[in-house]
Amino acid sequence: MAVLTMKFNAIFSLTIAAFVSLLMGCNEGNKLSLSERSIIYCSEGSPETFNPQLSTSGTTSDATAKQLYNSLIIYKGKNNTLGPSLAKSWHVTRDGKKITFYLRQDVSFHQTSYFSPTRLFNADDVLFSFNRILDQEHAFHHVSGNQYPFFQSVKFSELVEKVEKINDFTVRFILKRNDSSFLANLATDYAVILSEEYGQILQEKSAEHEIDIFPIGTGPFKLKDYRVGSLIRFYRHESYWQEQAKIEQLVYDISPSKTSRLTKLLAKECDVSSYPIAHAKIEERSDLQLESITSLNVGYFGFNTKKEPFDNKLVRQAISLAINKQALIETVYRGQAAWAKSILPETSWAYDKNTPELDYDPVRAKSLLEVAGYPQGFSMDIWAMPVQRPYNPNAVTMAKLIQADLKKVGVTVKIVSYEWSTFLRRLSQGEHQSFLLGWTADHPDPDNFFTPILSCSASELGNNRTFWCNKEYDQLLQKALKTTNMSKRKSYYAKAMAIINEEMPLLPIAHSKRFQARGIDVEGDILSNFGGISFYNAAKKAINNEANTIVQPEIADKASN
Amino acid sequence: MLTFTLRRLSLFIFTMLVLTLLSFSLSFLFPGDTVINHSGQINASAAELAHLNQVYQMDKNIFNQYGAYLTHILNGDFGQSMASQSPISNEIIKLLPATIELSLVALLIAMSVGIPLGFIAAIKHNKTSDNVILSLAMLGYSIPVFWLGLLAILVFSIGLGWLPSAGQISLLFEIEFVTGIQFFDILLSDSPYKWQAFRDASAHMILPACVIALAPATIFIRLSRASMIDVLAASYIRAARAKGLNFQQIIFRHAIRNALIQIIRHVGLQFANLVTIAMVTEVIFSWPGIGRWLIDSIYQRDYTAIQSGLLVLSCFIFIVHILTDFIYAALNPLARGNKHGS
Repeated sequence: MAVLTMKFNAIFSLTIAAFVSLLMGCNEGNKLSLSERSIIYCSEGSPETFNPQLSTSGTTSDATAKQLYNSLIIYKGKNNTLGPSLAKSWHVTRDGKKITFYLRQDVSFHQTSYFSPTRLFNADDVLFSFNRILDQEHAFHHVSGNQYPFFQSVKFSELVEKVEKINDFTVRFILKRNDSSFLANLATDYAVILSEEYGQILQEKSAEHEIDIFPIGTGPFKLKDYRVGSLIRFYRHESYWQEQAKIEQLVYDISPSKTSRLTKLLAKECDVSSYPIAHAKIEERSDLQLESITSLNVGYFGFNTKKEPFDNKLVRQAISLAINKQALIETVYRGQAAWAKSILPETSWAYDKNTPELDYDPVRAKSLLEVAGYPQGFSMDIWAMPVQRPYNPNAVTMAKLIQADLKKVGVTVKIVSYEWSTFLRRLSQGEHQSFLLGWTADHPDPDNFFTPILSCSASELGNNRTFWCNKEYDQLLQKALKTTNMSKRKSYYAKAMAIINEEMPLLPIAHSKRFQARGIDVEGDILSNFGGISFYNAAKKAINNEANTIVQPEIADKASN
Repeated sequence: MLTFTLRRLSLFIFTMLVLTLLSFSLSFLFPGDTVINHSGQINASAAELAHLNQVYQMDKNIFNQYGAYLTHILNGDFGQSMASQSPISNEIIKLLPATIELSLVALLIAMSVGIPLGFIAAIKHNKTSDNVILSLAMLGYSIPVFWLGLLAILVFSIGLGWLPSAGQISLLFEIEFVTGIQFFDILLSDSPYKWQAFRDASAHMILPACVIALAPATIFIRLSRASMIDVLAASYIRAARAKGLNFQQIIFRHAIRNALIQIIRHVGLQFANLVTIAMVTEVIFSWPGIGRWLIDSIYQRDYTAIQSGLLVLSCFIFIVHILTDFIYAALNPLARGNKHGS
């Protein structure tokens, strides 16, 4: 008995010793290296597809566009001017109807477990990618639902007559009319280049739908693994045509719950988190940082210029002066929005710094009302939208604040709200006096703000619910679209903004911000002004940690690349 | 031993029959069409529905229907999940090992902490340390597990940043699914980061396992304390003392071995309790196990999944129960002659 016990004890302690050494020993260096070479991103949802051509959802383009694909051209630099990407250069004919792209000759597609490319990127791929959208007869046009929402919204197929292949590395787009926002559209996240060779292989297998499920692109990362509702794993594209991405592995941890994203961020289970809550908590931690970027949207307070008393410019100006915008931003947006000086966000290249802005001035508002013939004030209704949008998280609260502000100048406000579809229908019929609404841009071209919100054509058919129609303003927009000279366009838009400021068909309130939190060890820009996030420039820097001294030579090499 | 085995087997078969009868009757009790509740095919076409009615023998009497249901279960066909429309047996095979792994580790922790503490309390019977251990056990037993889990995350993950709060392993590691038991899969994989993965998986295991282990550990404290007190009062201990054996010899060679036998009987019972706690804990720690899946199914009103999940879980618990009975019988010859199945 005693011997048995002894034996048992010996074995037991040996096992324990082995286990402990297993847990503690033998791996200090490696552990750091794997997490140093990788980034885990806590994302807010699953992508609908892996092809950004098919969706305008931010979650989808965050997960796919800049990770898996490249466009022909991209937005570059602080001013977001157009720059080369897969196209080395481009040339626009004088009439603006023929645009020729000269393609790079050294771009390779992803090599994955489901596809091995045998050739480099060439003109066929460009034709394939765009004809899929344009050509009804194209073998892939009807795959995955035949919906190209972005391209449909900019009326791409009505604009482009055809895409021609000049030679293997030259492609020409022939347009039906001159449109300077065409290039801007090509530089968005949605105009990505797919592989024609991969398309052919899928056609042979008659598995066309796989093109949007198992993506092949030219981007800095390639898809390794996707588990619906759980994770997306990307590996670095080793033969990327630019410098390789700095991280080897990128994992999207799909965590739709806001609190679980916060917990994971605080517990260091993810390096970067999308749309964080509890901003104060994150800011007070020394190991985390919060960053934000102004989104391309605008929340505004519009007036029905076809109805009394808002057919009078002075009344519109007076009401605008009487509203305390700062208070609205602090209360409704909780300070998470940028003050809107005009309908165009200040981050746009076309924004003119000299645009005057209306301050909060109830005294002047009152005197303007007197001039306009309403010394006793009047009563009006405000239609507050019933849904939450980034540009206006709580329209009813905002309407109540405006109600209080206007009471001070003698205007009585009744707040009206309907169910969303009824609300929109009745707005389009012009039953309102004033309304709270907003606009999110589809692409960063400034025209995307001016035309849909306030042009005459939009007042008849589109989204212009102020029913304001100004010939001079419309002419400026037309001129701006016809020229490709950036500084000329900018001056036209500056004039248009001045007209809006003078006429006040609506009062721009705020541009919401997009927030992101990350550990301080993650460096490099991830958020961009326009479109989805990009992890191409992101890297992990060494934290002050003793184990960090064991940096393997291999990593050191890669870091210096 | 043979009669003992036969007894257990017949007990197993009859219990399983009752369990399947229960899960069979659930299909009638849940809202909706019975055959759809059986199969989970909510989008079945008319032709498919006719086929389902035929294979589940819905046109015959209730005994034939039960027989058809039983045949499906025995063939491993639990129907498909109403929510995800994938076969439930596949989902269970993927999820059950994670729960088994977590529960076994928790059981080990509960036993290795609870039993020695109980022994110490028994040896120091009616002294301060006995009282302290007993009151700690009482405190531990009365803490609700969902609160403890959240508190553990708050302190150890968010506050101190020592341990991860969610999942089974960091997403950076790609471990191929072989057995489903993470630790085995890591050891079987050929990843260059094997040992890091192992360490990471262990770190993920600590918090949920400890949270689950707390309540059973306190029960083990009381069980082992009671059983040790009994043993120490027995005549053979007095005889050993009279022989002049010292304290250590009495405790380690005689008392512990005999006290442990009594405790092992209860391990099976405690395991059922532990799996229940594990289900709640899995939700808190986002553990990809069957408990979380079952609770999700309840939210989604996925009747087929609820029914089959319950069947599989109770079957699993019952098997563990019988296994501990066998271990008990192997260790304690007296139990083998027991005429009544306990």
